[in-house]
Amino acid sequence: MNTPSRAADAGLCGCPVCGLVCDGVADPGRCPRCHCELHSRKPESLSRTWALLTAALILYVPANILPVMYTQSIDSGSAGREDTIFSGVIGFWQSGSWDIAAIIFIASILIPSTKFIVLAVLLVNARRRRVRRPALQAQLYRALEAVGYWSMLDVLVVGLVTAVVKFRGVSEAEPRIGILFFGMVVVLTMLGTLAFDPRLLWDSPSRHPPHG
Amino acid sequence: MASEPVQAAEPVVKRPGWHVSVVWVVPIVCALIGLSLIVRHEISQGPTIKVLFGNSEGLEANKTQVKYLDVPIGNVTDITLSDDLTHVIVTIDLLRSASGFARSDTRFWVVKPRVGLGGISGIGTLLSGAYIGVDPGKGGHSQKLFTGLENPPAVTSESHGAAFTLHSADLGSLDIGSPVYYRRLRVGSVVRYALDDDGRGVTIGIFIDSPNDRFVTAASRFWNASGIDLSLGADGLKLSTQSLASVAAGGIAFFDPQWVRSEDRKPAPAGTRFELIKDETTAMQRPRGEPIYVVMQFAKSLRGLSINAPVELIGVEIGKVVSVAVDYDPMTHRFPIVVGALLYPETLGRIFNDTRIPPGDGAGADDEERRMSVLLGELVARGLRAQTRTGNLLTGQLYIAIDFVPNEPRIAFDGAVRPLRIPTAPGTLDHAQEQISSIVAKLDALPFDSIGRRLDRGLGGLDTALSQLNTDILPQAGRALDDAHKTLGTAADTLSGDSTLRRNIDRTLEELQRSARSLRAFTDFLARHPESLIRGRPADPKPEGAGAGHD
Repeated sequence: MNTPSRAADAGLCGCPVCGLVCDGVADPGRCPRCHCELHSRKPESLSRTWALLTAALILYVPANILPVMYTQSIDSGSAGREDTIFSGVIGFWQSGSWDIAAIIFIASILIPSTKFIVLAVLLVNARRRRVRRPALQAQLYRALEAVGYWSMLDVLVVGLVTAVVKFRGVSEAEPRIGILFFGMVVVLTMLGTLAFDPRLLWDSPSRHPPHG
Repeated sequence: MASEPVQAAEPVVKRPGWHVSVVWVVPIVCALIGLSLIVRHEISQGPTIKVLFGNSEGLEANKTQVKYLDVPIGNVTDITLSDDLTHVIVTIDLLRSASGFARSDTRFWVVKPRVGLGGISGIGTLLSGAYIGVDPGKGGHSQKLFTGLENPPAVTSESHGAAFTLHSADLGSLDIGSPVYYRRLRVGSVVRYALDDDGRGVTIGIFIDSPNDRFVTAASRFWNASGIDLSLGADGLKLSTQSLASVAAGGIAFFDPQWVRSEDRKPAPAGTRFELIKDETTAMQRPRGEPIYVVMQFAKSLRGLSINAPVELIGVEIGKVVSVAVDYDPMTHRFPIVVGALLYPETLGRIFNDTRIPPGDGAGADDEERRMSVLLGELVARGLRAQTRTGNLLTGQLYIAIDFVPNEPRIAFDGAVRPLRIPTAPGTLDHAQEQISSIVAKLDALPFDSIGRRLDRGLGGLDTALSQLNTDILPQAGRALDDAHKTLGTAADTLSGDSTLRRNIDRTLEELQRSARSLRAFTDFLARHPESLIRGRPADPKPEGAGAGHD
């Protein structure tokens, strides 16, 4: 493989915070400038990411099954209605607001599930250390990072609506337990993305011993 | 510690090949959370039941709640049509805590705004939307399929009291929820009604709320208090109602009649059956016992005798007419009219109770009809007859009066004939009619023609006499009056102030006055000197002319 040489090959290690290039030291070393821990690769990156991804996947189930918001307005009666994410999308779609339905669908269903799949693919590839097109995969990873915070859109909407819509007897909105799970899913996927070390993608097995 | 030489064990150096990172705690915790959610959901999941309703007005899947005492106990999850398209099947997920509601005698109904004569209910649901109300069953087996009520039940299981059954000929204006009054206080309501199986009456279920249910006694009388009772009697116009609501919506009232002995006023057990009487007056009457059917045969037309007309014995109502039918007598080719009547022997009082069946009759001592026949036999022998009389001269309503009619021929009374047959006599009006017709016949015989002619002649003579009076006598009378006037004028002249006569009279009167004065002087003298009558006048100088004759 004609890949550019890595820092580890040159016995060097970059500080992740201040960027100081240090001598390739044993793993528990510290940056002489900012005292940040130095690792040539993030420790236990794959297993941590897997763990967080699994946790996120588990929580994704109640996040979708349980209602995220309770709304009550004068026309819907005192019973009010509790919407899950998906029933909210359907409700908006049926009431004609297909644009809002699309936004919620993309932000709350499409992006999280895509994140799971992409992260899983990256993890599998990193484990196999037989990366076909590392540049493409790195692009995927960057997209994953960029899109991460937008997944919180749903949580934001619920928070806003709950705060704003408070007209006793006429119209009310309250968060429900589902949104908590959804928020946790988003946080866990972001942590998972953070825990993943994309540099593992171009660690060739022939040239480098595996790192957790 | 032991003092043996320590044999240090060679530690097994293990390369940390596969070790579990702490981070796996996160998915484990998440899994536990998810698991607990599932378990909690499973635990809180109650039974799913289906309720049939006539329609699903106001109900919405996933929105309508099931409430008991305003506490949500379940949710409507689905609304579908039944297979035969006659009903709506409402699927309800009950909460786990409400699984006791899935009993066979639990009742479901839709609570929505209702406006009735008895009031308005369910106002709250105007804004909140309908919900399904529940009345939990007490017993019964567990059940998944129910039939919903069209109307909220008037009595729910949390209300305490007693239910009673009334029987009536018709429902009147009663309805579910119609009030039941005791001393004009609302104490209960009508909860159900149904036609009898044979269709000959209506059975009405009422519920009296506790604690007022103890006022229902075995002797209580129930009557229909619907509407306005307006009666015009000898004591004037009487208007009586229970309440304005009962005027419009109907109602039932009950009370213990005054004549019931206090020891009979024990609370009636729940479920006791009562008769619903048509009005208060009838309800408060004494019981009249089992009626006895009698017939009476009249020869005359009975126009004006209606069914339910009273049968009176010396002015006291003892029964009522139940049938008026025409019979045919082939012997005389007449159409006698047979009146059937029910007599209430209890109203006869002591005379009936004291009547004894002659021994050896064969009938039991409690055979009231037999006793009645014995009593009637005695009375008929003494002249008891049935008559028709006019009760109301304006409308010509007849009633049957059983009374002693003098000078009636003896009629044998057959006490063995059933139904009992009371002999009749022509009514008082019949007598009057005969008398009137004989008077009319006599009037008819009068020579009205000749009377008229003579009268005419006499009137002609009178006319001439009057005209003569006019022409001859009246002028003379005028003249005579003139003369009289003149005479009176002369008399007035004679009596005027300056006439001779007047002067003479004046002088005479003066003379008379003087004489009277001298007479008074004389009597004064005599009073002072009574002796002068014997001795003559004393020697002192005297007025002249006094007592001169006594010297």
